[in-house]
Amino acid sequence: MVSELIQVRGHIIDSLILPKILDEIMDLNGTFEIIELAVGKRKTDPSTARLRLAAPSQRQLDVILARLARLGASPVHHVDARLMRATKSGVFPRAFYSTTNLPTEVRHRGVWRRVQQIEMDCGIVVSRTAGQARCTPMTNIRKGNWVVCGHAGIRVTPLERARVPQVFQFMGSAVSSEKPKTQLIHRLAQEMRVMRRTSRKILVVAGPAVIHTGSGPYLERLIKAGYVQALFAGNGLATHDIESALYGTSLGVYLDRGTPAQDGHDHHMRAINTIRSVGGIRQAVRRGLLTKGVMHACVKHRVPFVLAGSVRDDGPLPDTITDTLKAQEAMRKQLRGIGMALMIASTLHAIATGNMLSATVKTICVDINAAVVTKLADRGTFQGIGIVSDSESFLRELVRALHV
Amino acid sequence: MCRPAFYTIAYEINPWMHLARQANHPRALQQWNQLYQTLTKTLRVRVSLMPPQPRVPDLVFTANAGLVVGRAFICSNFRHPQRRREEPILERQFRGMGYRVVRLPRRFNFEGEGDALWVGQTLVFGFRFRSDAQAHVQLSRLLKARVLPVELTDRRFYHLDTCFCPLDGQTVLWFPKAFDRYGRKVIEGLAINCVAVSERDAVRFACNAIVIGRAIVLQAGVSSALRRALARRGFRVYPVDLGEFLKAGGSAKCLVLRLPEDSTLKKSHAR
Repeated sequence: MVSELIQVRGHIIDSLILPKILDEIMDLNGTFEIIELAVGKRKTDPSTARLRLAAPSQRQLDVILARLARLGASPVHHVDARLMRATKSGVFPRAFYSTTNLPTEVRHRGVWRRVQQIEMDCGIVVSRTAGQARCTPMTNIRKGNWVVCGHAGIRVTPLERARVPQVFQFMGSAVSSEKPKTQLIHRLAQEMRVMRRTSRKILVVAGPAVIHTGSGPYLERLIKAGYVQALFAGNGLATHDIESALYGTSLGVYLDRGTPAQDGHDHHMRAINTIRSVGGIRQAVRRGLLTKGVMHACVKHRVPFVLAGSVRDDGPLPDTITDTLKAQEAMRKQLRGIGMALMIASTLHAIATGNMLSATVKTICVDINAAVVTKLADRGTFQGIGIVSDSESFLRELVRALHV
Repeated sequence: MCRPAFYTIAYEINPWMHLARQANHPRALQQWNQLYQTLTKTLRVRVSLMPPQPRVPDLVFTANAGLVVGRAFICSNFRHPQRRREEPILERQFRGMGYRVVRLPRRFNFEGEGDALWVGQTLVFGFRFRSDAQAHVQLSRLLKARVLPVELTDRRFYHLDTCFCPLDGQTVLWFPKAFDRYGRKVIEGLAINCVAVSERDAVRFACNAIVIGRAIVLQAGVSSALRRALARRGFRVYPVDLGEFLKAGGSAKCLVLRLPEDSTLKKSHAR
């Protein structure tokens, strides 16, 4: 339930404006409570009514308010969002408003402004001169930034439930290994085709299991066919992808035979070493050292990738960003314009990405472990579906459905 | 009134206007003259004229200039930018005529006598398509009178004077379907006699009538049934063909603005 205090003045009784307002509120599924009604004594005196208007959602409230505004009723508290200066870099003011991943607006100087790049668990910084509101993570706060505090003057829009049944609605966010996967994947493929047709971007977040299970070539095909506009991964995926390109193995196991290679356990170290010696993945591609695989496809097809490092990394590759905050920034930059996120076989990167996504991005989480899928669904990503599956069979089926 | 020297259909800001259906200029002038003659010669009404101006073709619809009360002229705040151009012209004109120019806060749209008509001591105020409901509060304070805001519900009847016309303190001419049940209840409660027009007469702008005592000047071509109903109540009907102005969504009433008698004003001459 959301509510707003409204008032209407004038000859609202004789003109039946007040009864009309009350009827309209009820017709639009709202409720009201008359807080104050002052009736003018003489015929020429105006009357005033103050009501607390309530509705089941912010959206419905806005619909009612728009209708009532035409009848002359307006909110009592024209409140702007409260702003307080950050006294220390990297620290929010104590009462800072913590964001959700839903579309959010703040009221500044009487005007509602959309918060740019909304992401959960961040603060909102308002530029008083430009009047812009920007979602800002804690680490990016500079001393002196004006940060939105409290809850007044902030409007969060719940996502509309689509009337047309779509693959996302069809599955809801329930996670189960017992759902008709093929049908689901085919409908997902349809969605992806629409995304590509309407120039909306698709992000893929992939874990090293994609390579270990031999589904690297499928991901490569997706990249080549233009279905991937950004790739998030870690040192692991890139390393084993390069290992498979140079040696035909991943973690020392031949991908075409499934048998371990002689001294295969050091293949990945040699792969990392090779890349480090030439300075990076792009350089390796340019020099002709890296001629196939997922990373090669990304470079050749100009698909930006972010490799976020972690404590368990070997090497790491020169392209792996070891400073986690820098890695987050790099990821955020690539999130602009993303309409769909496909997360395959990665716990760490999937959740990190899920944290940064706005609720409007369609997310698909594929993992052999149901717990990972549940965890992501619980994060509150509205338009998400989970598929419990190993990455190889998923990608194989997806590639078939997309005819690539 | 304002002679239609520059009258034309230059834009489309109501459902009647179509750029493809242009006004015939000589015929418009001739029709306007006929209205002017009916008022001045036949009914002996004193009419002040304001000079027409180029690029403001709707200046001819003086009913929307504002509302005159005593020595004050409450200037309109036009909703559409095309008519907002008329505002400085109107201010200059009325100041020159000796009126005190009053403006309502800009955030409230108000389109003058087109949306505000007196029934006895009460001002009925039509809102929605042009004027804003909230403007009535200011008006009430300025006029020290009861102002009843009534919502217009049919886009074709976008000003109150297209669907509502007080004939005397107790009788009104109106098109009930242009209002919702609240509006109908208010109007029926206010007037003792309500003369309802048919849809056919309503779209001929029968309600857009100028009332001078018991004389009613209105668009030619209204039904004989309506003429009989008015005659029965003791009104004399003077039909004038204003077809060229219907093309802009206006008829007789829209072409005039009432200037209530006030002897303290400096005299203006009919030109």
